[in-house]
Order: sequence, then structure tokens, then C-alpha cells
Amino acid sequence: MSSNEAKRSILARLIPGLTSLAKWRSSEWMVIIGIVIVLVLIVMTAIAPLIAPHDPNKSRVGPLSSPPSSQFPMGTTALGQDMLSRVLFGGSTMLQVSALSVLICFLIGVPIGLFSSYVGGNLDKAVSLIIDAVYAFPGLVIAIAIAAVLGPGVINMALSIAVVYIPSYFRIVRSQVLSIKELTYVEAARSIGARWHTILIRYIFPNVIPSIITVATVNFADAVLTAAGLTFIGLGVPVDIPDWGYDLSKGRELLSSGGWWVITFPGVMIILLALGFTFIGEGLSELLNPKLER
Amino acid sequence: MGLRSYIITRIILTIPTLLLLLTAVFLIMRVLPGDPVALHFEKKATPEAMEALRHILGMDKPLWQQYLDYIWGLVDIGYFMQHGYPNLGKSMQVTTEEVGGQIFSAFPATLELAIYSIIIASVMGVLLGVASSKAYNSVSDHLIRGFGIIAYAIPVFFLGIVLQLIFGVYLHWVPTGLRISPTVEPPATVTGLYTVDSLIEGNLFKFVESVKALLLPSLTLGIILSGVFVRLTRTNMLETLRLEYVTAARARGLKESTVTYRYALRNAFLPILTMMGLQFALLLGGAVLTETTFSWPGLGKYIVNRINFRDYTAIQGAIVMFGVFVTLVSLVVDILYAYLDPRIRL
Repeated sequence: MSSNEAKRSILARLIPGLTSLAKWRSSEWMVIIGIVIVLVLIVMTAIAPLIAPHDPNKSRVGPLSSPPSSQFPMGTTALGQDMLSRVLFGGSTMLQVSALSVLICFLIGVPIGLFSSYVGGNLDKAVSLIIDAVYAFPGLVIAIAIAAVLGPGVINMALSIAVVYIPSYFRIVRSQVLSIKELTYVEAARSIGARWHTILIRYIFPNVIPSIITVATVNFADAVLTAAGLTFIGLGVPVDIPDWGYDLSKGRELLSSGGWWVITFPGVMIILLALGFTFIGEGLSELLNPKLER
Repeated sequence: MGLRSYIITRIILTIPTLLLLLTAVFLIMRVLPGDPVALHFEKKATPEAMEALRHILGMDKPLWQQYLDYIWGLVDIGYFMQHGYPNLGKSMQVTTEEVGGQIFSAFPATLELAIYSIIIASVMGVLLGVASSKAYNSVSDHLIRGFGIIAYAIPVFFLGIVLQLIFGVYLHWVPTGLRISPTVEPPATVTGLYTVDSLIEGNLFKFVESVKALLLPSLTLGIILSGVFVRLTRTNMLETLRLEYVTAARARGLKESTVTYRYALRNAFLPILTMMGLQFALLLGGAVLTETTFSWPGLGKYIVNRINFRDYTAIQGAIVMFGVFVTLVSLVVDILYAYLDPRIRL
């Protein structure tokens, strides 16, 4: 099955009614479940101001560090903030950062990959060498270094995470282009005098898209975890923005007193978000690479 | 190409990679923020105080000279022999302290954590992956695959805190934090790895104490990393188990466990080994968060501490060490790979 056919079959199956639910394969279920999880979390964060019972930043809305009760279903923080409200609001930074970093990676990694591998030769070798050096380096350590230098903020966090994942886009695009550019239809396009950018954008790029989508969804999950890691160690967002990673680091300070609720609720939210993206990525990569499927 | 010339070529190829890395770190830490000294003080110090710090750190020199000093500091063998660590400059926070010394004393903690984590991750991952491939498409296969995916999606610090809460705070089985109980004196430094040093000292009590302290951090990091190994082992085993030589081994009446582990796993192992090398980078990233979670006094905790003081020379030095370490590990893995698989050398 060519990747184009695979794409078509996914589209056909994503639209309800075209095939019955019973026929869906496990990978398709994974994609659907992943999309549902992510959508629910996005909607939850978006309508948080409407549904949150308290101001997430306001301290002493209840007793300090109290376990979950009927009035505060997720308990309160050491400052007496309502945990439920903080959980409802806390995904906003992570969602923005991951979306923005995926966009940056896409806008930088894909064009460089396309151009470098299409041109080939020494340029390609040099670019690959640089990108591979970044790729081999501990991603979180680079992100920490850049975030430490740039200071807190959504855009800065997104940039520092993007630097880590640009190599993944570059590498996947490059490996695809190297094989596609030798195919007969590209040669045909060249022989009828198509210009190089026409070949690259109109003929080669569409065939690379499925692999990019797979990388992007995996990248989303990684970006969520990296963003959480950055806020956990105190790099990232200003204190007045509720954030799951930040709350976890505060929860760690409550650890010896056994304050499990400040840890569990934001932690589970991060896992859900990362899991949602991982499901989409896993499912898509199985659908788009039938070879891996058995 | 013989094994020896492969190794030599591979070592030579490491040099441009390292140089690239060092340059990138220099650019990020020294050029990107504009003026690290001003950032360090958050503009709260007098211009004279800033100028004085700049002079101590050598940051009043032109940029190119700072760059050369920085590279020279790393290759200056004489300095290394004299101090036992490379010249990574002075700390911005406590200008009398050498960053190199601080980093070299923190590094063994990270190394020890990394070694035990990768052992836990690979043993757990390979065993579960083999089990999963043998039970292909059964309930246990799905459960193990599910574990692989979930392990990947759990933030390492969350797992660490939860394990600490359960085994440290509620059950009091193991200490939470530090490399050895504060009431026990650390073993005399030979390798810097407490588990090894306590054995060299012949002190079994200290060995048990340091294993107890290591248990939760390395288990945390190991579980998170095992997910990748589960998936990789499963995929490779599924492919290998279908090959004819495996069928032939079975046809000869060999025990199923012999066929699985001695015949199939042996061939499926090469990609897993490569993965171990690649995972090392991920492992070190995870180590930063694990160390912060467990107050484990390694290089990761060092970086995070120094970030709070905006100590840019220290951050730069620690990142350089991480980079050199990863480069060396991937060099070793590549050589090992070439040794095990002669096709690579072609």
C-alpha cells in the first residue's frame, strides 16, 4: 500500500459512516482515543475560566494543604489555593508551548530537510553533520540551557524545545527525499523542464507529508513532557500562571507531609495529555507504515 | 576495513563533532544572552562590580580570545594533570571555585545513577519485549505493549515523586534523597561510585546503604526508559522469530527457551544495543529531572542549582561535560557494534 493510499484509507475511516466501527483496527482506535483525550483537555483548558469554582491563583480560598473534601474535590495547596481550579487552568502553557514548538520545528526543519537533501553534495553533508550533533545531544539539557538563557515565557520555552526536535524533522524529511528524488516521476518532471522549486514543492513535498505528520504527533508528546520538565525545575512560566509542572514541583515540597493530592492530580493530567498525543502518533505511524503492522 | 582502522577513523570523526558541540554551547551561553555578567546580577550591581567580575572571569577580553581560552582550557593536559579536572573556568557565584572541580565531584553520582538505570531499563525491557513477542496478539502482549506506551508518557519526575511517596514516606522502606544515609560516612573515593567504593573498602554495610539509596532513583529512571526497549525488542523478536533459521532450530528439537534466547534474541540484540547508545542521551536528560526529584547530588542537580544563581560559567561547564560524555558513549557503542557486526566495517 502506498502512503497515498494509506492516507486516503485513514480519511475514509476517520469519517464515521464510511466503515462500521466493528471493522476498525486497533491502530485506528488508538488514533481516535488519542484525539478524544487531546480535544477534551483542550476544551477543558479553554473553558476553565467559566467552570473553575475559584480563582486558581487566589490563596486562602480554603484551609492550607487540606486533602480532597466535598468543598475542594482535589484538595488545596500549601497556600490554600483550590487544586481543582489550578488543574483546570494548568494545561494552558503546556498546550501553547507544544503547539508552538511543533509549528517552529515544522517551519524550520522541513524546508531545511527538503532543500539540503534535494541539493545534496557538500551542503547536505555539512548540514547533516550539524543536525546530527544536535540530535545526539541530551534534548532536555539543550532545552534547559536555552531556556535558562532566554528566561521564562511561552515563546522562549517553545523555542528551546523546538531546537531539540528540529533534527527529527530534518532527518525524516531527508531520508524520504533521498529515495523519492530518484523515482521516475521526479525524473520525468525534470525532463519536461520543471524548475527545481516546483519539483520540490509540488512533486516531492506532498509525498513526505505522511511521515512528517507522524513525527509531529510524537513530537507533541515529547514537547508536553519537556515543557513539564522545564516548569518542574523552575524554568519556564512566571509564577502567576497556573501550570501542572510547576504544581508538581510544589507538591514535591509537601512530600514528607504526605500531601499526595498536590502531586497526583497535576501529574495525571500531564500523563493524559502526553498519552493522548502518543496514542495518535503510535496509531498513525502504524497506519502509515503498514510494514510495521502484522 | 579492519577493526583497528575502523576504530581510528571513528575516533578522528569524533573531533569535529566535539568541536561543533563546544562552539554551539559557547554561542548559546556567551553570545545569545548578550552579557552573561549583567544577566547574572539581574542589573542590580554597580558597573564597577560587574567590571570586576568580568575581569576575574576573563570576559573583558575580545570574544574570539574568550573562545580560544575556552577551547584551550579543555585540551590543556598540563592543567588536567595538576588539578585532576579540566579548566572550565571559575564559578560566577563563588569566584574562588573552579567549575571543573565542582563538576568532577558531582559527575560520579550521575554516572552511578545512569549505569544502574540503563541496566534496569534494558533487562526489564528485553525480558518484557521477548515475553510480548512470544505471546503475540494475546492479552499479555497487549498489556506489555500498553506498559511500553504508558511508560513513555509518564513524566520521570512524577513517577519519582509517587515512588518516593509510597516507599519512602508511607512505608519507610528506603531513604528519600541523598546517595547514602546522612548518618553513614561515604566510602573513601576511588571510583566515586559508592556501590563500587564500599566494596573496595570491604564494607558490606555501606554497600547495602548505598544500594538502598540508589534503588528508587534508578528504578524510576529505569522504568521510564524500559518502554523504548520493550517496543524495540518486541518488533525485532517478531521479525527474527519468523526467520527460517529459527524454524530450523525448532525442527531440530531444541528447547523453546534455547531457541528464543540463544538463537533469536542473539540476532535481535544488535539494534537493541544501538538503541542503548542512543538512549544514553535520553537517560542523561532524564537524570537531570530524576536528580532534582530525589535530591541526588549529581551533575543534573548541579545544573538546576546553578540556574537559580544564574551562574552561566557553571551551566556552560556542566553542559560541556554532558556533551563530552554522550559523545564518548556513542563512540564506545559504535566500536562495540562494529566488533559484534563485521558488516558495519565494510
